[in-house]
Amino acid sequence: MSSLFTEVPVDAPTVATRRVTITVNGARRAAEIEPRLLLAHFLRQGLQLTGTHTGCDTTNCGACTVLFDGVPVKSCTMFAVQADGHDVTTVEGLAGASELHPVQEGFKEAHGLQCGFCTPGMMMAATALLKENPDPTEDEVRWALSGNLCRCTGYQNIVKSVLWAAAKLRGENPPSGALLDTNGSNGAHA
Amino acid sequence: MFPSRFAYEAPRTIDEAIGLLHEGAGEAKVLAGGQSLVPMLKLRFANPELLVDINELPGLDYHRADADGTLRIGALARHATLERSALLPGKHPTLAAVAPLVADPLVRTRGTLVGSLCHADPQGDWASAVTALGGAVVAQGPGGRRTIPITQFVQGPFTNALGYDEIAVEAVIPAPTGTPFGGYLKLERRVGDFATAGVAIALQTNGPGGSVSTAGIALTGVGSATIDASAAAQAVMGGPLTAASIDRAADLAAEAAQPKSDHRGSAEYKRHIVHTFTQRILTRIVHQQERAA
Repeated sequence: MSSLFTEVPVDAPTVATRRVTITVNGARRAAEIEPRLLLAHFLRQGLQLTGTHTGCDTTNCGACTVLFDGVPVKSCTMFAVQADGHDVTTVEGLAGASELHPVQEGFKEAHGLQCGFCTPGMMMAATALLKENPDPTEDEVRWALSGNLCRCTGYQNIVKSVLWAAAKLRGENPPSGALLDTNGSNGAHA
Repeated sequence: MFPSRFAYEAPRTIDEAIGLLHEGAGEAKVLAGGQSLVPMLKLRFANPELLVDINELPGLDYHRADADGTLRIGALARHATLERSALLPGKHPTLAAVAPLVADPLVRTRGTLVGSLCHADPQGDWASAVTALGGAVVAQGPGGRRTIPITQFVQGPFTNALGYDEIAVEAVIPAPTGTPFGGYLKLERRVGDFATAGVAIALQTNGPGGSVSTAGIALTGVGSATIDASAAAQAVMGGPLTAASIDRAADLAAEAAQPKSDHRGSAEYKRHIVHTFTQRILTRIVHQQERAA
């Protein structure tokens, strides 16, 4: 990859880069980066892992949520250089080789998305919740997802999706999408 | 968005970090949780030449009580850790009430209490709680450590008392001397928004009558800095809480507020919220005392 020659504008400043090694979805990845590169851009532009979305870019929406050493963080609000030597999981790291992660399955079964833009962030925050609390109440799910904004769904089916995934992860038979509809007006259409 | 260029160091010792700040001669900034600093860098409100990332410093992610009950919260104690802490609810109910209301759950996994105090945002939640509790910040610089009371530490909007080569290494909350009570209420338009108004109250009672021996009341988001409503706190001290003393404290807290009308509400509305929240927290404390009796 290294180039022996790169022409630059005559007034361009010398840019200091740093070498980082970050474990992303289980694989160690190394890169030369500028310290000001955000983790979200490292993943998207650098590694082409475009499942992590940048929504608001102002620490409000949570679409860029990834797991940093297992903890959900907004990847637009930390620098990639800070992840040197650490472990990052993106939405691409959720599924197994052939099957979906139960959280992904839940979003499919209970129609937890419409446009899908917030979905990766929702799923990463939900994954972190279910690791800490395998049997959350609806309130606990809403609380845990309160840093993730969705402009389509009204959250109803997102919450159902997470409860579906929780049941599945506990080894229980998750209800079918239609049966999740508790209020008859805003439920899944399965 | 991305920030202007900066140099970056992640030192492994506090002395090394302080050395870097000293060499930076005022052009360096400490990066802890980064949940306020990184957005400010991206918006280019801040343009430091050097970021000194303290996240890799060992031994700062603690919160613990000394033998005498003094609570110490290290520079890397995250909001989320404090939210889950078993140490806070009994002895430090005001802090326990603040922790789950800071920003949103994702910000809370990274952001720190000490960083919030350093940021000195008039809408910061922790500064109000620490003010109500009479806490302090320990700063460490080339000459050693000094303890700065919170009312002197927060000097104005986004201005703290740290020297350019000092790091805020911990927050200190005095040990309760009586039975501690407290609460924090914040009005926000949605989770993660800045406070429209917030009120933090911490008090301690002594004796069977529940006489209030110490009290602190501080206000969030209704002035150019955290407001220490000490006159309001005085109004409930020296006797048990009564309907009259609660009303008096609420009046004085509303008087101490210096709100400005903006998109979050009119000045009058925010003053009204301060009044209501002060009354509500103190009334809840009375109910807690009744249940305990």
